[in-house]
Amino acid sequence: MSFWIDPLKVAADWLLGIFTGWGLPEVAAQILIGFLGVLLLISVLMLLDIFLVWVERKVVSRFQDRIGPNRVGPFGLIQPFADIIKLLIKEDTTPGGADKVVYNIAPMLSMMSVLILWAVVPLAPRILGVDLNVGALYIIAAGAIGTLSIIMAGWSSNNKFALIGAFRQVAVMVSFEIPMLATLLIPTIFAGSMGLSAITQDQNIWYVFLAPLGALIFLIAAIAELGRAPFDMGEAESELVSGYNIEYSGMKFGMFYAGELLHAFTFGGFWAIMFFGGYRFLGLEQVSAFLAVAVIVFKAFVGYWIIMWVKYTLMRIRIDHMLAFNWKFLTPLAFTLLMVVALMNALLAGTPTWFYVSGMFLSNIVLAWIAIEIARSYSRREREKVEGSTRVVEAHH
Amino acid sequence: MTGQQIIFLAVALFTLGSGFMVVTTRNLIHAALWLISTLFGVAVVFAILNAGFLAVVQVVVYIGAIAILFIFAVMLTRKDMRDQGPQTNQNWWVGALIAVLVFGGLVFLLQGWNGLSRTAADIPSGFDAVAELGTALVSPAGYVLPFEVASVLLVAALVGAVYVAFNRK
Repeated sequence: MSFWIDPLKVAADWLLGIFTGWGLPEVAAQILIGFLGVLLLISVLMLLDIFLVWVERKVVSRFQDRIGPNRVGPFGLIQPFADIIKLLIKEDTTPGGADKVVYNIAPMLSMMSVLILWAVVPLAPRILGVDLNVGALYIIAAGAIGTLSIIMAGWSSNNKFALIGAFRQVAVMVSFEIPMLATLLIPTIFAGSMGLSAITQDQNIWYVFLAPLGALIFLIAAIAELGRAPFDMGEAESELVSGYNIEYSGMKFGMFYAGELLHAFTFGGFWAIMFFGGYRFLGLEQVSAFLAVAVIVFKAFVGYWIIMWVKYTLMRIRIDHMLAFNWKFLTPLAFTLLMVVALMNALLAGTPTWFYVSGMFLSNIVLAWIAIEIARSYSRREREKVEGSTRVVEAHH
Repeated sequence: MTGQQIIFLAVALFTLGSGFMVVTTRNLIHAALWLISTLFGVAVVFAILNAGFLAVVQVVVYIGAIAILFIFAVMLTRKDMRDQGPQTNQNWWVGALIAVLVFGGLVFLLQGWNGLSRTAADIPSGFDAVAELGTALVSPAGYVLPFEVASVLLVAALVGAVYVAFNRK
């Protein structure tokens, strides 16, 4: 087994030799190596997170026709470190009447809910934390802990804006979990497994060609789950000042902020794994594990860029419209799509690949068209209820 | 004592301690948060038992949905989060008696059971617990009838809730 194919195994064997040479029993050495692996993954992620701050600020300034950070270091690359120093030396305030323990646990849970997601992410054929056979559900379970952290932050801050922001954000997150779960089941149907590794391995044809509508619904639900614009109800600066994290200062706020950025990047990665072949690209993953990691990081960045593109282009939607859109449009559509995909998958089983793919693709497009037509006729009726009388008057003139 | 037993005892202590805090703390939100840690302990027990699917479902359903609803309900219905009155009523001894009787009965039953000293057989490789569970839920030889009855019950509850809450214009 060469280093380029499976670097982690080689490194683990090398460390095992060293540790047992020191006289450690093999079980203890294995546990130690496991901990070192987790430490390595989290350290890389946190370093990446620092870089993401720079990426986010640069991209938003491009969308807003500005230059962005460009003073500290080449292209402003050192800027995030300046930000971190600022956050670290800021006064750590706790509002009066706050529930101190809950107040301090909330930012940790927020960061943790993002980091634990990476336990199941297959970075390369042999580089993954754990090949959980319920990986798709695990994503939703980790999201539940994120929801919890937001409501804890909002409640313990003893602030009206924080509480209202938390309520709204949690309402959105709990609602959009449902279409997200339904669309996560679509790759499960194709691959016959909920494991992310099996889903990646099965994508000889990217699932986005089999279920383009599923990929789109997953992206919308993911953006809502992240609480980013146009679904940034928890923050809503103009109404709630900053929402659930208003009372947090210094690095505690930094943990919410860094958690949000890493969460967005992570969901870019999940979008890539579920619908764009994960670490697979033209057989590059067979050449070297490092190339496979580069492929999935690139795909995750593309997903992250699309999420940023949406965030900095669209306006915030009103909360009642947002929830109505989810419950009356997205959820029924996601479940219909799930049923259609399951049915087509059974009907088209055994047909040639080109027929299977085009059948799947067309059924998705037809369903999307029907859904949009229904939504259009509904909104036309609603508009006529409001504007109908004025239009009649205009016609008479 | 094996490593697994140590982990189990730690998790069990954590779960029971959290459960105790649920019923003794005076702050209702804290009670809900302790309930979440209790449910999380149960999820860890499932994971120790190699029931990964149940562990994840436990977190999704109980922590992600039910506990969050509890917190919402407490926040929307209570003005003051602290409980002022006495925490027990005059029937406390009946509850204590039932608890002691149940505990005694369980100890009595487990005395004659030899499962405590046996170790579980290894799960054969290639055994897909999720697939087995799914097949059992929908096969006529398995649990299709209880599964469907439970689904109908849930749908009835859902329809009933919508009917009660429906605002006729």
